[in-house]
Amino acid sequence: MIAFLIKRLFHAVLVMFVISLIAFAIQDNLGDPIQQMVGQSVPESERELLREQLGLNDPFLVQYLRFAGNALQLDFGYSYIFNQPTTEVILRHLPATLELVFATTVLIVLLSVPIGVYSAIRPRAWLSRFFMGISIVGISIPVFLTAIMLIQLFAIGVTWTPFPAETGWGAWLNDLITTEGGMPAYGRGDPVPVFGTWATNFATLEGLTYLVLPAVSLASIMLPLFIRLIRAEMLEVLQSEYVKFARAKGISLRRIYFLHALKNTMLPVITMGGVQIGTLVAYTILTETVFQWPGMGLMFLNAIQRSDVPLIITYLMIVGLIFVITNTLVDLIYGLVNPTVKLTGKPA
Amino acid sequence: MALLDVNHLDVRFALRRGDVQALRDVSFSLERGERLGIVGESGAGKSVAAFSLLNLIAKPGYIAGGSIQFDGRELTDMSDRALRHVRGHRMSMIFQDPMMTLNPVLSIGDQMVECLKAHRRISTAEARAISLRKLEQVQIPSPAARLDQYPHELSGGMRQRVIIAIALLLDPDIIIADEPTTALDVTIQAEIMALLLELCEKHNVGLILITHDLGVVSQVTQRMLVMYAGRVIEQGPTREIINDPQHPYTQGLINALPQMATPGSRLNQIPGSMPSLDNLPTGCAFHPRCGFVNRADGTTRRACIDEVPGFVTSGNCRVACHMVAEMLERERIPAEEIR
Amino acid sequence: MTTSTPQVASRWARFRGSYLLYSFKRDLIAQLSLLVFIALVAVAVLAPWLAPMNPYDLAQIDIMSSELPPLWIAGSDPTYLLGTDAQGRDLLSTILYGARVSLIIGFGAVALQALLGVSFGLLAGYLGGRVDAFLMRLADIQLSFSTLMVAIVVGAVVKAAFGGATFSAYAVPLLVLIIGLAEWPQYARTVRASVLAERHKEYVDAARVMGFTSRRIMFRHILPNTLSPIFVISTVQVANAIIAEAALSFLGLGMPETQPSLGSLIKSGFDYLQSGSWWITLIPGLVLVVLVLVINLLGDWLRDVLNPRLYKA
Repeated sequence: MIAFLIKRLFHAVLVMFVISLIAFAIQDNLGDPIQQMVGQSVPESERELLREQLGLNDPFLVQYLRFAGNALQLDFGYSYIFNQPTTEVILRHLPATLELVFATTVLIVLLSVPIGVYSAIRPRAWLSRFFMGISIVGISIPVFLTAIMLIQLFAIGVTWTPFPAETGWGAWLNDLITTEGGMPAYGRGDPVPVFGTWATNFATLEGLTYLVLPAVSLASIMLPLFIRLIRAEMLEVLQSEYVKFARAKGISLRRIYFLHALKNTMLPVITMGGVQIGTLVAYTILTETVFQWPGMGLMFLNAIQRSDVPLIITYLMIVGLIFVITNTLVDLIYGLVNPTVKLTGKPA
Repeated sequence: MALLDVNHLDVRFALRRGDVQALRDVSFSLERGERLGIVGESGAGKSVAAFSLLNLIAKPGYIAGGSIQFDGRELTDMSDRALRHVRGHRMSMIFQDPMMTLNPVLSIGDQMVECLKAHRRISTAEARAISLRKLEQVQIPSPAARLDQYPHELSGGMRQRVIIAIALLLDPDIIIADEPTTALDVTIQAEIMALLLELCEKHNVGLILITHDLGVVSQVTQRMLVMYAGRVIEQGPTREIINDPQHPYTQGLINALPQMATPGSRLNQIPGSMPSLDNLPTGCAFHPRCGFVNRADGTTRRACIDEVPGFVTSGNCRVACHMVAEMLERERIPAEEIR
Repeated sequence: MTTSTPQVASRWARFRGSYLLYSFKRDLIAQLSLLVFIALVAVAVLAPWLAPMNPYDLAQIDIMSSELPPLWIAGSDPTYLLGTDAQGRDLLSTILYGARVSLIIGFGAVALQALLGVSFGLLAGYLGGRVDAFLMRLADIQLSFSTLMVAIVVGAVVKAAFGGATFSAYAVPLLVLIIGLAEWPQYARTVRASVLAERHKEYVDAARVMGFTSRRIMFRHILPNTLSPIFVISTVQVANAIIAEAALSFLGLGMPETQPSLGSLIKSGFDYLQSGSWWITLIPGLVLVVLVLVINLLGDWLRDVLNPRLYKA
């Protein structure tokens, strides 16, 4: 276990080093800090002096080391937009994103496992085919479009009248497929402060309603992938010899499906889950943009639009760190669940 | 009445282009404690016959006709739930590849205890105790440690011993062993086979051994059946069939054994290969490869090409061959001539 | 005994008898998807001739006819079949031109990433050692960030570096570059896996013994055997590229409003959703979904056909 963690730590440091190099290279070449700090009227000579004083003319390596030293102390400079240390800005926006991601993950886990397993056990049932069908459609709709459609359906509301409205059944059917809207689709509403910069949407029912549309949008793009994956893996596992043997032993089907088969199925799913963290971050940016959800994604977008370079690279570093941590965690979990992977030093 | 009585078993596979018959009119019986071998090439239907006993044939296979009577009860009628009580309990199975047969993410102990608990109401501690005893019976070193180990931590031979132990957990009446040593190292094969034989003899457990290895069959089984293209073509006491095979196919199999060849000359092969089940020849399925379709005098035995041979009794054996039927007819001594 | 030279059927004859065609003729969904795909591509390519009006021509835009609904809703104007956007541009025309841009970028990006990815994959797989380790490390890091994220970051950096005006002027090639650079690891990994599998086969040893150069072996001998997985992922990658471009445009890192793609149409239309003019954003959205859907369906069919494991012998 220790050996594993040390190896991963080394790997993590290496990746963070590469990311920091890239981040610094971006900072060095984009935008002019002097321009952001002083007004237009300041003459060039003074700017040059300032540049010299701030060490902006030093060689690349020196500047990088300075940057790295500061980074290790979590000092990434000041955001241009907010005029606060970037770390503070990020901390302020982090809870919103974390809550959104948490809600989305819960949705994904709660839905993908039963649907995936069912589709594998009864592949020809019409319900399975239906799920597979909407999975393909789901993958084809970009997340921001799903978000927009959900807003139209549930926040604004649609009135459909394809059926003859004069008849009783026609009116009833029309009513059925008409939506009233009313779901909140802008921002977080009134999250309840918990501690520090953390304000939560989970405290009140009203707070939860603000989470619904964004979480469903975000889940909608990741669900099809997991459903298809679980189904494919489970189908393969159900053909394996050990499942046949378990049946020959007289084990109940329920135990076979949910212990013998599922445990083997979830292994590659865990790995895939780790790989999808990156896409989740990207999709979060898009979703927060649509719903104006005040999380890190929206903050990043604003930073890009207004060329707030310190904030951009702080975001990159933090995201890099999150990736490294989650990837290590996923590998750890996988090693704990899969007995054929030797995490510990125990001899066979 | 025999413990296991299989009569006219018909198994088909429902494929898109139509049904393909995998087993045709298969009949055999097994007394308590008896050891029966099922022999044939790959694809002849041996495994299908074995799996059909416990109705474990993978879809799209299904039992189309015939009966399987076990201890007086008809198995082909039974629901899956009812059959579960037979599986692993009265009749257990051993598969071919021990690495694939054991679930890699569950410990040996878990896989043994669950088998016990599926059929009896006992505590986990009791189940572990029974499992330990069975592991000792199959002569696994340090059995107590094995319970908490995982399949990948054991060698192939040890895994197969574990599987034999699992098969014996509930003291079954019959063990069905589908090529139990094929996937093992040659050095281990003899050990495992000897262990299986010893345990079956000691506990009076019946054995249905499916294999393509005639050597093993001759040493272990008391009776055997030879299968070809989904049909039984010869069955009877093992000794008699090995020493005096009557069906040309069985003769070919015996002659093909390396020990039957003359040193320095080519090994005896049966020309051609077994037909696939959806493309069977007319009449006797073996006739394209048989050297006896034409008689010694040059005439052709039309029956071989046109008619599926029925069984004839020759001594203690039953053979499905037109040539043998003809010979028996010619040899039949008229009643008046018997002194 | 006489020997005869074997007759090798012509390529066309082989194609006609191939499993690919056989399977295609029996799969209704594949046929429909191909039909719709070809229709969309054709219509998009012919946009300058098919579109009722030119949405880029300022003279043709009439601000008075802004936000008109599509034909089947009350208050519409028959000249504008699908309605108009906030500036009075005909939606049908903008969609046609937008689809054109989306497809150009989609195919262009895939061409670039295929070129890069296949080359790197061949090199990594065949040469092994440090080259392999370095390239695959790079690919892994890029993949773990997800290609979309990489595209967003690279897009942000490029836009900030070039400035908004230059970026908009060269948007199409820049986007091809951005998406191409972001997605090459998929091709590289796939090709490398194939190469590693092929490398140990005997025909490679035979070629080496005959004295062929590495490059020739890689491109003329190994590459043709790795084409099947390349085709399969290409369809998916085109769909991904189109979505990636749409996402970038939606974030403002893609096509500008003056030269819109489907993605930027959705973006600009979104602002008018609340006021009830849903068609401005949802109809381009529908076109995008249909386009990506048929590509995905074709990709699924292709994967089923080319996957040897599913061959029912």
